[in-house]
Amino acid sequence: MNTSQSSDMLTPQAERILKIQKIQDFVFHKSTLFFALSVLVALIGIIISLVVNAWPALSAFGLGFFFTVEWDIINGQFGGLIAVFGTVVTALIALIIAVPLSFGIAVFLTETCPAPLRRPLGTAVELLAAVPSIIYGMFGLFIFAPLFAEYVQPALAGSLGQIPILEYLFAGAFNGIGILCAGLILAMMVLPFIASVMRDVFEIVPPVLKESAYGIGCTTWEVVNKIVLPYTKTGVIGGIMLGLGRALGETMAVTFVIGNAHKLSTSLFSPGNSIASTLANEFGEAEPGLHYSSLFALGLALFAITFIVLAIAKIMLARMEAAQGKKT
Amino acid sequence: MINNSNFNQTIYNKRRRSNWLGLTLSMFAMALGMIFLLWILSVLFIKGFSAIDWNMFTQSTPAPGSEGGGLANAIVGSLMIVLSCTLISTPIGVMAGIYLSEYGGKSKIASITRFVNDIMLSAPSIVIGLFVYAVLVAQVKHFSGWAGTIALTLIAIPVVVRTTENMLQLVPGSLREAAYALGAPKWKVAFSVTLTAAKSGVITGILLALARVSGETAPLLFTALNNQFFSTNMNAPMANLPVVIFQFAMSPYDNWVDLAWGGALLITFVVLGLNILTRVVFRAKAKG
Repeated sequence: MNTSQSSDMLTPQAERILKIQKIQDFVFHKSTLFFALSVLVALIGIIISLVVNAWPALSAFGLGFFFTVEWDIINGQFGGLIAVFGTVVTALIALIIAVPLSFGIAVFLTETCPAPLRRPLGTAVELLAAVPSIIYGMFGLFIFAPLFAEYVQPALAGSLGQIPILEYLFAGAFNGIGILCAGLILAMMVLPFIASVMRDVFEIVPPVLKESAYGIGCTTWEVVNKIVLPYTKTGVIGGIMLGLGRALGETMAVTFVIGNAHKLSTSLFSPGNSIASTLANEFGEAEPGLHYSSLFALGLALFAITFIVLAIAKIMLARMEAAQGKKT
Repeated sequence: MINNSNFNQTIYNKRRRSNWLGLTLSMFAMALGMIFLLWILSVLFIKGFSAIDWNMFTQSTPAPGSEGGGLANAIVGSLMIVLSCTLISTPIGVMAGIYLSEYGGKSKIASITRFVNDIMLSAPSIVIGLFVYAVLVAQVKHFSGWAGTIALTLIAIPVVVRTTENMLQLVPGSLREAAYALGAPKWKVAFSVTLTAAKSGVITGILLALARVSGETAPLLFTALNNQFFSTNMNAPMANLPVVIFQFAMSPYDNWVDLAWGGALLITFVVLGLNILTRVVFRAKAKG
């Protein structure tokens, strides 16, 4: 009775409006879906275009491409080992330095920082993360590298360089620029990224957990190590992986200070090359052919490595969030 | 009472020492971080400020070996590229964000999109430059401002998508339900109620994307390239600040290096300014 009454009340005009709105709804839904899918399409397009352009080099040199040192533009012999090595080593140096420092910063910001300073210092860390990478590169080349060559390199060579096996790592001329310098600048760059992710995951530890630890007489450091860190383990690793992804793919900061030399050396002082710096330096001048295609193969390798690292980071952070949802 | 037999002074001292050591080291890490920030900013100001004068904004980039010159062409080029990037990426990113928040929910396609979007958020920007080179520059056989715009758009979209979705999720469900109860169709609810309520948050995302792309250099190297002359033709190679800074900083000419510092200060100023603006916009909203 009620329904028939209400449908009787629908004037033809109201029915028309209803019909129009249905169409509008449909169009709006599908167009938002279309734009959301464009993100997926972009990713698939990137992968396809990299593979297609890298194919000539990969089929000419096979998978051995990534294990060959030679990079001879004149004779058309290409191997990516130097660039892959440089990318991985600089990123690892960056992480070795940045992880403990960002852990310290995150602990300071969440546990010991006086409340009024908490927000300004947190903002400062985030601003450090926002500084464009080209600025880090210029800073590294003009300010950091000369100081590094004058004070840090002789000191390292004089101390760690005297120990039998380590001497290979700290041999060679004190140029400033080189693998180690690139790693240090990268460390400065990823430090704020990792620190702010760590701070965010530390903040989700339920206060009641920390309070009960304090209640039974734990020190702050024990609370951090035995309560906060175990609770946020996956999130912390996710944050580190996120920083690793950034460090691997960073172009400008590295290109300025790595020295751009195609040689492989055991010394961290010697100039080298990373995938991103090779691309930045050579791609503009590459003739179509094997050189061009080899550069695409390097780009593909970089994309694949960072994709895997970032995927792991994402999954770990998502697991952290899910666990938090369950516990609270 | 306290000094009874169960109380072990050595363990107590050890715990106090390790606590003191850990907290001191963490404070030291924080200080080091702040020193980095101040060091970089003070170097930028000292080196960049002397390079900034009126000529920098009125003259184009100097030819190799010639005196003087400015960055006018690069500033205009950067503005055009970044603004057109914002105009393109905003609607795409906001629409995609609306889908993820209002329609996608927990569906498979939405989860995959979210996952891919988060990866694109940190994907190496130089690879995006390679991609745009392969699909656009290599096909039309010349570098162009548009190619640079597209490369930056691909970097900006994930930022806008992520913040839009997060901000729309913060809008209380009761607001949507109230609009439905009045008979509003879903698109109107999403567009005029949810999106309007989350307006300042969405603007935050757009500003963040703007800040992110303003400093991006790598994707412009093989797309917009550079142009020594003043040009507003988006279909031709276009001067832009990051690439000019890169080339000038690596050059042997002193006046080029000075200009690079001036440009670097300008870019940092804009990027950090946008970041601070973002906070102000968002905090004003949070209070209101």
